[in-house]
Amino acid sequence: MKRAVITVIGQDAVGILAAVSGKCAEHKVNVLEVTQSVLQDLFAMIMMADVSACDIPFAEFGEQLAAMGRDRGLSVQAVNAEVFDAMHTI
Amino acid sequence: MLNAHDILETIHMIQDENLDVRTITMGISLLDCAHSDLSVTCDKVYDKITRYAEHLVRTGEDIEKEYGIPIINKRISITPAAMVLAACDNKDAVKLAHTLERAAVTCGVNFLGGYSALVQKGFGPGDCELMESIPQALAETEHICSSVNIGSTKAGINMDAVAMMGRIVKQTAELTADRQCIGAAKLVVFCNAPEDNPFMAGAFHGPGEPDVEVNVGVSGPGVVRAALAKAGDCDLTAVADIIKKTAFKITRMGQLVATEASRRLGVPFGIVDLSLAPTPAVGDSVAHILEEIGLESCGGYGTTAALALLNDAVKKGGVMASSHVGGLSGAFIPVTEDAGMIAAATSGALKLEKLEAMTAVCSVGLDMINIPGDTTPEVISAIIADEAAIGMVNSKTTAVRVIPAIGKQAGDVLSFGGLLGEGPVMPVNTASPARFIERGGRIPAPMQSLKN
Repeated sequence: MKRAVITVIGQDAVGILAAVSGKCAEHKVNVLEVTQSVLQDLFAMIMMADVSACDIPFAEFGEQLAAMGRDRGLSVQAVNAEVFDAMHTI
Repeated sequence: MLNAHDILETIHMIQDENLDVRTITMGISLLDCAHSDLSVTCDKVYDKITRYAEHLVRTGEDIEKEYGIPIINKRISITPAAMVLAACDNKDAVKLAHTLERAAVTCGVNFLGGYSALVQKGFGPGDCELMESIPQALAETEHICSSVNIGSTKAGINMDAVAMMGRIVKQTAELTADRQCIGAAKLVVFCNAPEDNPFMAGAFHGPGEPDVEVNVGVSGPGVVRAALAKAGDCDLTAVADIIKKTAFKITRMGQLVATEASRRLGVPFGIVDLSLAPTPAVGDSVAHILEEIGLESCGGYGTTAALALLNDAVKKGGVMASSHVGGLSGAFIPVTEDAGMIAAATSGALKLEKLEAMTAVCSVGLDMINIPGDTTPEVISAIIADEAAIGMVNSKTTAVRVIPAIGKQAGDVLSFGGLLGEGPVMPVNTASPARFIERGGRIPAPMQSLKN
């Protein structure tokens, strides 16, 4: 399984979760887990997703999410989960 | 399982604190390109570099996108060019420099390092020709970086080479006087030069290295400063601990990128260089870390001690995070490339003498320092000799990259742009060392060299 972490940071608004998970479904990305948090007064949503079946290159999927975020004034990033494993586990 | 705090911490480091991988550098051996006919050598050099590094830039960009980590530079380091030139009947080194420039442009890399000679004990075939060609080569190319190793703990200091380099540094600045003397910013004079350093301008691919390898240099002064700011008032034991933990995280990311780049390029992984490398960008400064530790300004008393703590903690944290550590690995203090250093040098708080003391406890040396244009070659040679002595006696790398600001005086400004930054011309002690430099010969290796 190839896992990715999708982070959404910005002002809270209606439909963020729906939009991001819709984009995931569109490209056969399976959402495994969702958590929400507040970072310096900003809304932060974190999704763990399985991207092994993603039907477009992962970099392109990340770019589509980022573009969707920009339209809504949000910072959206899809990052290979290995980055977080490497930095935070021994 | 990952927790939200860890994930947001990483995102915050990348977006707000300038966490990045500073460079992926592909080291390529050119020993098999040497030929008695210089034209044949040049053809083989161009073919080998462009074949090996064809996908380097694209691979770096792919990793950048997929892992969300900015990779600022993609670079190439080569076998010291003097070794390749040694076999040629016609030792027109500038022709080789133009070939290297062409290869660098074809591959799309930011810099190509290794227009170098290793002369710590004496001059081999090709060494003098290459050294004499440096001013012209750096004036006529854009991407080539040059370095010369003039001393080591094992060999002592080659003072004939030191004398030459004072003159060559000055000439290099003179030939690029119309471009802010930028040639000298791409020329480093080393003592104990590491053979696997991925950072410019001093990168070269040493003769003991494999045919090809990938070395990665991490960065992240902004992350360290932010972590210290969050911690507030704690004692220096806790400060060292915070730096270690942060360096561990930064290096793990570098290791991940290095492993992935090595896998995708089908090239062995060499080392991760643990250095904290600043840029002129706000929030990416080593000087600001020292100030966060508690100094009013970098350059004041306490700077050397704080830097020693920082340098040591970075290594301790980083070394466990990587399978192979190498290069320079420590904290860099390039004056014009660090917003805090520029401010301290401009205000007069940071002086050349303090910088020399700082080089005894950190990873490089007198780096990116603008000096008055009328500084004599002998004084530049003596600056090099002093730095080399610090490196030789302490079994560490030291280097000199000073830029004589032709036509300018102390207080004027040289501005290079980009990562090389800008900074004030700093005053230099002008008492003449001419007789000392003219003596030539070698400073014998110190007792520290006799470890066998």
